Amino acid sequence: MSYHNPPTTPRKSATFDDYTLSEIRRAAATGIYDIRGAGAKRKVPHFDDLLFLGASISRYPLEGYRERCGTNVVLGSRHAKKPIELKIPITIAGMSFGSLSGPAKEALGRGATLSGTSTTTGDGGMTEEERGHSKTLVYQYLPSRYGMNPRDLRRADAIEVVVGQGAKPGGGGMLLGQKISDRVAEMRTLPKGIDQRSACRHPDWTGPDDLEIKILELREITDWEKPIYVKVGGARPYYDTALAVKAGADVVVVDGMQGGTAATQEVFIENVGQPTLACIRPAVKALQDLGMHRKVQLIVSGGIRNGADVAKALALGADAVSIGTAALVALGDNDPHWEEEYQKLGATAGAYDDWHEGKDPAGITTQDPELMKRVDPILAGRRLANYLKVMTLEAQTIARACGKNHVHNLEPEDLCALSIEAAAMAGVPLAGTGWVPGQGGF
Amino acid sequence: MNISNVAAAPAREMEFARHVFDLAEQSLRELNQALHGLARGSNETSWEVLNPKGSHSVAVGVDQPVAVDVRGSVGYYCGGMNAGGTITVHGSAGPGVGENMMSGSIVVKGDASQYAGATGRGGLLVIEGNASSRCGISMKGIDIVVRGNIGHMSAFMAQSGNLVVLGDAGDALGDSIYEARLFVRGKVKSLGADCIKKEMRPEHIALLQDLLDRAGIRDAKPEEFTRYGSARKLYNFNIDNADAY
Repeated sequence: MSYHNPPTTPRKSATFDDYTLSEIRRAAATGIYDIRGAGAKRKVPHFDDLLFLGASISRYPLEGYRERCGTNVVLGSRHAKKPIELKIPITIAGMSFGSLSGPAKEALGRGATLSGTSTTTGDGGMTEEERGHSKTLVYQYLPSRYGMNPRDLRRADAIEVVVGQGAKPGGGGMLLGQKISDRVAEMRTLPKGIDQRSACRHPDWTGPDDLEIKILELREITDWEKPIYVKVGGARPYYDTALAVKAGADVVVVDGMQGGTAATQEVFIENVGQPTLACIRPAVKALQDLGMHRKVQLIVSGGIRNGADVAKALALGADAVSIGTAALVALGDNDPHWEEEYQKLGATAGAYDDWHEGKDPAGITTQDPELMKRVDPILAGRRLANYLKVMTLEAQTIARACGKNHVHNLEPEDLCALSIEAAAMAGVPLAGTGWVPGQGGF
Repeated sequence: MNISNVAAAPAREMEFARHVFDLAEQSLRELNQALHGLARGSNETSWEVLNPKGSHSVAVGVDQPVAVDVRGSVGYYCGGMNAGGTITVHGSAGPGVGENMMSGSIVVKGDASQYAGATGRGGLLVIEGNASSRCGISMKGIDIVVRGNIGHMSAFMAQSGNLVVLGDAGDALGDSIYEARLFVRGKVKSLGADCIKKEMRPEHIALLQDLLDRAGIRDAKPEEFTRYGSARKLYNFNIDNADAY
């Protein structure tokens, strides 16, 4: 009687998984690194790893449909003559015209305005569409200075000096030639069809002492009217926040690695920067150590998806949050309605991230005149407003459950964490324990 | 406006009285506010700033056709985002003089520090002394004329406009340059990525003569200069050019 070895189940490597193998093959075939849009896709500790405790015998809740729970936020109260007041603590992050289509930018302005919040320009200057349709518009001051001019600076409602962004702290940008239409080229003072590189450093200042002088210049040009934000990627949130405050910022924006980009190397997006959750407490501590918490406002961005995320960011000490990727999804980005076309591009709805190629079936991350017709700015703006309304209601629901009559009254004490990692990053106890990793004890 | 600071002037020029602003007595904020507060078509077109003593952001955001004479040296960003003003620094200028200038002119009688004319979109910046590193970085249409030498990495990512240098240029001139034109009379220590020497055709001679005339330079001839510009090999990413970066 012969013995047959039973066949073993084919086993794939956890290290060399299917995605890794495909990336090695792609690199070998093309000789170039992968560029894509969006933020980090790897799993990192996030707001899902936190829970609210809610009310109990020692904390009484507020009545959901009768007792008021405020959501307004004032930004820029430190130095600006004209700080801005938003109805909700959720703003729209900077995204460029060029990366996004004109109708998409208009829709962002419309949606933000309907919701009583602000939207932000991007690395391509200010367009008439977004200025005209945005009651409150934040004008980004970027290393490239594409489209920068004093007229737009003065008709902005706030100025955001961009030092970095979460998807690529320390990185510049690239807008590939296929998205450089005549209009984009003119706004950026570059020939049509070439790849446009955006510098990673500002051309005329280096370091925190220079930044202070640069902020002074911007204030002088705008007669000290505009709130000045400083946006940093989630690299060294404690020191970056402290230095931004020292440089005179009215508002600090901290963007974690889940924050999106229009186009950056995959290796950069996935391997540089810290998760949003890890950035908030250090930034808040910097403000507290300087006696500036709530005096200099903190905006947190990177992977904010719903009202629970908003409430958790605020509970950890932020004054507001900012959304980019989620706003694009609300407009229609990655919608299954276009699945057939995503398939033709080698993607699927929900995974399409080749935003730099300008072929977006949803008409959002493109300059193709035919594709961009798919975005109805009025309808898309309404969708964004609906989404912002839901997020706000959700955050209020949680705040009331925690007994807070304003979302800013949420606090770390209202939270616990589901994992040791999240507990350490957020500085809140592991659920069921009083243990905050990193703060003594075991 | 502090009327007491209106200097004595000949009777025939009284309607264009010169406003003297002493930064030892008045604040930078008052100066810039006064310049920004001018009505369109105002006849308050002549300004003199005393005792700048290295102040930053002197006469930034000027948006009227006024003449501002700064008597002394200034710090960072003098004349930043100038739109139509004629600003003269009777001294030296710190980093970023004339940054993002839109139109008008700025003349620096002495030397200029780093980033002179950075991202400038229009107008004329004349530096009668030397300019430090990164002169004309990311320039977007401005014309810059430097009588002396310029430092390293000048015209980095220069997109548009003209940079004229009567002296020498430092290392990596015009690195990653786009469509700006560079004219250097002296030696260039080294050229940056994608920046090459180019032929001086008649249209460039005419252009350079005009720039020299506008800068008030009469002791240099266009034929003495060499033109540099983009090889345009890095305009679209090609992996075979990766070593150039």
